[in-house]
Amino acid sequence: MVALSEVDYELRKGELVALLGPSGCGKTTLLRMVAGLTRPSGGSVIIRGREVTEPQDDFGFVFQSPNLLPWRTVLSNVLFPMEIKGRLDAAAKARAVELLEHVGLGKFLKSRPHELSGGMKQRVALCRALIHSPSLILMDEPFGALDELTRMEMHELLLDIRRLTGATVMFVTHSISEAVYLADEVLVFSARPGRVSDRIRIDLPYPREAALRYTAAFREYERRAGAGLGVLHHA
Amino acid sequence: MARPMPISSDAVTRIAYPVLGLLLLLLLWQGYIALFDVPQAVLPRPLAVWNATVNNLPLLISEGRVTLLESVYGFLLAFFLGIPIAVAISSSRTLNLMFYPLLIATQALPKVALAPLILVWLGTGIESKLAIAWLVAFFPIVVDTATGLRSTPTEMLDLAASVRASGWQTFWKIRFPAALPFVITGSKVAITLAVIGAVIGEFISSNEGLGNLLLVANSQVNTPLAFAALLALAVLGMALYAAVAFIDIALKPWFSEVRH
Repeated sequence: MVALSEVDYELRKGELVALLGPSGCGKTTLLRMVAGLTRPSGGSVIIRGREVTEPQDDFGFVFQSPNLLPWRTVLSNVLFPMEIKGRLDAAAKARAVELLEHVGLGKFLKSRPHELSGGMKQRVALCRALIHSPSLILMDEPFGALDELTRMEMHELLLDIRRLTGATVMFVTHSISEAVYLADEVLVFSARPGRVSDRIRIDLPYPREAALRYTAAFREYERRAGAGLGVLHHA
Repeated sequence: MARPMPISSDAVTRIAYPVLGLLLLLLLWQGYIALFDVPQAVLPRPLAVWNATVNNLPLLISEGRVTLLESVYGFLLAFFLGIPIAVAISSSRTLNLMFYPLLIATQALPKVALAPLILVWLGTGIESKLAIAWLVAFFPIVVDTATGLRSTPTEMLDLAASVRASGWQTFWKIRFPAALPFVITGSKVAITLAVIGAVIGEFISSNEGLGNLLLVANSQVNTPLAFAALLALAVLGMALYAAVAFIDIALKPWFSEVRH
């Protein structure tokens, strides 16, 4: 089965690109191929001149569910990648605490995942993906299960983190407004076999604020993305 | 977030109803004896069982201690031998194909049928009781642990892959802890089976333990004492089960996201 065909795209360093499309269009498959978690059946993913065949040390992955290890504390979940890489030192611990404080979880270092709300868990997952200062952050519909308000808070947090770290971000979503609000560029996918139906550069300046969501320019980008998805007919 | 505390009236009914059920049973028991004039040697009155229990308490405790130790040691043997075997068969396809059918075959065999042989091999001491208890408790631990090791959520394995964890790291830091709820489920079954195994061992040949006491009381037609021994066995079995169930409840929230 071909989940994805004819995706030819150059990801620019420091940019935030959103992969927007319906379920089953292959956007998650593309993200997993970039992450090195899934091998493409044809074609290749090349990053910094090297073909990606397995996960890289400076990639950070945020899953659809928080995917925390329930038997570990919040702090030790965030430190998990460092533990695996054999870099569990004082500096790593200090950075984990700093990250958790930054996302407002400074008081929950010793809590277990089951004591946290969905939004808090996803913030822990975000810290875990950032602990080793990745240069590429891959996010697979990370806020899909959150309520609207929490989701908007997470948007601010993500843009904030991205401004501070300068990391490149690839973000999978099926929310039009989420894609437009966050991204420098939106890749719009159509359903099976997945192909890119539109590439939209979002020329809205950062830092972006919630009020932006209600401007005419924002609405126009949303309309164009909707047309690319096939939910609207081209005007 | 935190679940609401159970309402106190609910807690009362949870205790009151089982007690009521027990009283009803005792009443039927007593009524049956009174109505049909059943001799004590066949079925003693509840009060006679109670008296036999109280009067023989030191004996029941010392014999119970023997059965308790046989059961616990047999269980521990099954636990510490069963888990490595589960690890081996769940991580190697070759070993799985070689030994899993054998394991099923041993399970299909009634353990009571092996007891006389075990007696020949290991003698009438505690060793044979441990062996039988081990034999019956072993299977649920191996099967449940192996199942647990094979049902790690795929997202957790993706997490391991995304941080480039080695096979060894993935096993110890993800697959094994994620399988612990299954290990506990297997242990709950195994601990009750271990008591049965110990009693079977005592039945076949022994001069101590509650199983032996039961046989002695029967041969002396001391039915109230036989019932007292049964009561002690029930208490022993429930206490051991409760101990494992307690560990289960204490760990449950930690594994809330692994359970299916």
